[in-house]
Amino acid sequence: MAILKHGALQPNDWLTVADDAALPEGKPAVVSLDRWLKERDTLIGRNTPIGVKLKSDQSPVALKEDLERLALIVLEFPKFTDGRGYSHARTLRQRLGYKGELRASGQVLRDQYLFMDRCGIDSIEIADEAKVDGYLESLGEFSIWYQPAADRRPTVRALRAAKRTEPSGGSAVVRESVAASWAY
Amino acid sequence: MYRYDEFDATFVAERVKQFRGQVERRLAGELGEDEFRPLRLQNGLYLQLHAYMLRIAVPYGVLSSKQLRKLAFIARRYDKGFGHFTTRQNIQFNWPELVDVPDILDHLASVEMHAIQTSGNCIRNVTADHFAGVAPDEIEDPRVWAEIIRQWSTLHPEFAFLPRKFKIAVTGASHDRAAVKFHDIGLKMVKNEAGEIGFEVIVGGGMGRTPAIGPTIRGFLPKQHLLSYLEAVLRVYNLLGRRDNLYKARIKILVAATGTQEFARLVEEEWARIKDGALTLPAEEVARIERYFQPPAYEKLPAISTELETAKRGDATFARWLKANTHAHKVDGYSIVTISLKPEGGAPGDASADQMDLIADLADEYSFKELRVTHHQNLVLPNVRKQDLYALWQRLAAVRLANPNVGFLTDIIACPGLDYCNLANARSIPIAQRLSRRFNDFQRLEEIGELRLNISGCINACGHHHAGNIGILGVDKQGEEFYQITLGGSSKDDSSIGKIIGPAFAIDQVADAVENIVNVYLEKRTGQDERFLETFRRVGIDPFKEKVYGNSQARRPAAE
Ligand code: SF4
Repeated sequence: MAILKHGALQPNDWLTVADDAALPEGKPAVVSLDRWLKERDTLIGRNTPIGVKLKSDQSPVALKEDLERLALIVLEFPKFTDGRGYSHARTLRQRLGYKGELRASGQVLRDQYLFMDRCGIDSIEIADEAKVDGYLESLGEFSIWYQPAADRRPTVRALRAAKRTEPSGGSAVVRESVAASWAY
Repeated sequence: MYRYDEFDATFVAERVKQFRGQVERRLAGELGEDEFRPLRLQNGLYLQLHAYMLRIAVPYGVLSSKQLRKLAFIARRYDKGFGHFTTRQNIQFNWPELVDVPDILDHLASVEMHAIQTSGNCIRNVTADHFAGVAPDEIEDPRVWAEIIRQWSTLHPEFAFLPRKFKIAVTGASHDRAAVKFHDIGLKMVKNEAGEIGFEVIVGGGMGRTPAIGPTIRGFLPKQHLLSYLEAVLRVYNLLGRRDNLYKARIKILVAATGTQEFARLVEEEWARIKDGALTLPAEEVARIERYFQPPAYEKLPAISTELETAKRGDATFARWLKANTHAHKVDGYSIVTISLKPEGGAPGDASADQMDLIADLADEYSFKELRVTHHQNLVLPNVRKQDLYALWQRLAAVRLANPNVGFLTDIIACPGLDYCNLANARSIPIAQRLSRRFNDFQRLEEIGELRLNISGCINACGHHHAGNIGILGVDKQGEEFYQITLGGSSKDDSSIGKIIGPAFAIDQVADAVENIVNVYLEKRTGQDERFLETFRRVGIDPFKEKVYGNSQARRPAAE
């Protein structure tokens, strides 16, 4: 299982730990939400980075108070047709202000990647490393965005406004205004 | 109507290119059917019984003559010379080859059309009142808002994998012609006490196996908050809608299970968080879209046309068509014309390539180059001068497109059924054909008056049978086609869901049963101005039952 993050394949430094297994010494570990809620105080006491994995029916709001302490949140997509993770991602990024790494795991197909990226997911697990080019290519398939999301792509509304005021270019202005307007 | 700017055009071109790549990967075997399925569905491509079916979006039912000509071209070149207009104001082609679909999409893009989100578990093509912008009873033009919703929902990254499909309808009129209470979200433009215009938001209506009339969750939503409110509804649904059972995944089930009040509370809570964010619609953006929907250059005409009055007196056949197929227009001297796609013995909603070309010509000559598709599967010329009606009618009559049956029993809504659809239990089209032959007497149809008859080939209810005054549903009994009849449904302001009359009928019994039902109505009504629906509501289902089943218990299928 490789990790695609910020445009490149990266080794997976994180170990996903079963609920009944001991945490590895000195290695970043991902635990389930249940375990996190149960063993929170001990887990916080560890000196190594810790992450939490959410099932698609688990709301990230449960982590509201702990976001600063988490270096990674993993959203599970048990099937690519289960779209709850997209709402979880936007909730984490835009409502709760989570700044750490947000990763999609499970059935993450090439043609879902762009949607994930737009919703604020910044790394994905991919089963077949050979397909990485396809995933990257999918991010560049569109240049027009009809709605604001958790990314910084300028929306078509901003592009139209920029064209009205400044017919040539003006994209820097656009980018900023879009970024400013999503503060929620 | 709305025209693409450079950004829209770029987007649609990119979308076609992306789909071309997906089709190539599928044909090369890189994509399995399971992975390809959601991708093709989000581009309107279904795999049906015999072939692929491509469903093309006609945004809120508005079509230009140029677009209709392009559809005729596609029908000729890539289909068997026909297109099928659907109950969602779209058009379907039943015989495209997968390798041709990217080219078809390129042709569509050249006239600012696409097939995006006409299927799949996403926000579907938005529908609206087919008389939008020309109806006299309109508070405000819903096309503006339908277009705003179309853009917002296009490739929405958060809502591409909802629990189930999601349909939004908008009306700006006091009479509901868009069936807003039968949609996942229905939006009705209303005026509040301060005289401002906003939306009544109705959520959780629908057809299918659990028909529901949607409750109102907000009586008045200020217009600038439309998108943030929709986003809040969709987010609540995306997170809480059931995903364990296909048949319980629509938002209507969630609303019913949660309770309307609690559901509304959840939406309001989410909305409060995002209400004044980036989705708030600035007045300039609304004004920009409104400019596309400015009325055409109407002439100043007298309300009554003497030419028309003379023609009407001189030609009874014309007068009959005029009464059934034309409707009041908001501008003096103009009429709205419905072209019935329900000829005797035809498949409801089908149009041949030649008919499409001809209707496009008529739109150019008589209706400012614009047309509408109705969810009753007819076409509309929205802006015809009254003095031109007689000439227009003659042109239509010459090619057998002047059926004077709009709103009558033979103006049947029918889904494709088992002739095309792989989910079907039974055929729909042959039932429609038989009924249209049985009731092909226009004098009798007039006598019967307004009567909506809808047919679905299975419980998915694409033919809106629950909302038919008479509804016919195809059921399967030990491998045989049977038809269950419901009475009393309506999708108008007085929405109601039809009640099952009794055991289902074999295909040969359906027309007789309908005939009997109609006869009971004629016998029981207080006068010609009591519509079928009113009589039914007054006398109840029993007299119909008695007449239809009588003593002939033997006719009941054994399976009951
Ligand atoms: S109602 Fe059933 S048979 Fe008819 S089109 Fe829909 S799914 Fe197919």
